[in-house]
Amino acid sequence: MQATHRLDAVFAALADPTRRAIIARLASGQASVTELAEPFAMSQPAISKHLKVLERAGLISRGREAQRRPRRLEAKRLEEADKWLERYRRLWEANYQRLDALLDDLKAKERKVP
Amino acid sequence: MKNPLKIAPSGDRDLVITRVFDAPRRLVYDAHTKPELVRQWLLGPPGWTMPVCEMDVRVGGKYRWVWKSERDGTTMGMGGVYREVNAPERIVSTEKFDEAWYPGESLNTLVLVEQGGRTTLTQTMRYESREAREAVVKSGMEKGVAASYDRLEDVLAATAPTTPR
Repeated sequence: MQATHRLDAVFAALADPTRRAIIARLASGQASVTELAEPFAMSQPAISKHLKVLERAGLISRGREAQRRPRRLEAKRLEEADKWLERYRRLWEANYQRLDALLDDLKAKERKVP
Repeated sequence: MKNPLKIAPSGDRDLVITRVFDAPRRLVYDAHTKPELVRQWLLGPPGWTMPVCEMDVRVGGKYRWVWKSERDGTTMGMGGVYREVNAPERIVSTEKFDEAWYPGESLNTLVLVEQGGRTTLTQTMRYESREAREAVVKSGMEKGVAASYDRLEDVLAATAPTTPR
């Protein structure tokens, strides 16, 4: 898969709150489909569907244990997507820190001139 | 301490930024709608200024922003039209860069909510496609921005407290 298409799949996968929760759960260790379905009011097939999306995006993979086939996080792929967002985030952080300073000035001026 | 900035993809083609400001909504709104205030903070990477900041903040009114790198004179411009103006809580506007590296326009919705003298800002950027959203996220860095940030990182590294050995 081309790099841009891959990232597109990652973003699509991360856009869903259930899938983000699954990622968060897997960040603390691998888990079976049953274990992953537990905290959600969702059927196992519904969870499996989400897992498939995450798998296609390369965000998770399956372990070899015959019965459980635990899912685990592919941290590298997640980092890739995060790096892109991180640059964007920094740009806005710089802007908003300047805005913080400006707002402080405006507040101070208002106090002087009631 | 600075308030944390949250940024996340949402749905198929939105990017959502959330940030709290320790100021009443009225002032945050002014800072987004008065050109003389906007040009003081909406600057992007270090070393860029905003020589053009024209804003006709009313439904159907246009805005035009141009940034300039003081280092090599490169300029970057963008503009759009206000679709909804509801002071001091909500502005919807279109956005298109002169050198569009993503297809079409984006639709930006700014929402300000005040609680106990603090204001929560939510900015939703809706792109025309997932591909467009991705191009935007990718772009921020690839045009000299990366270099600016690297310099910033040098400065931060140099000022970090040294660990005694």
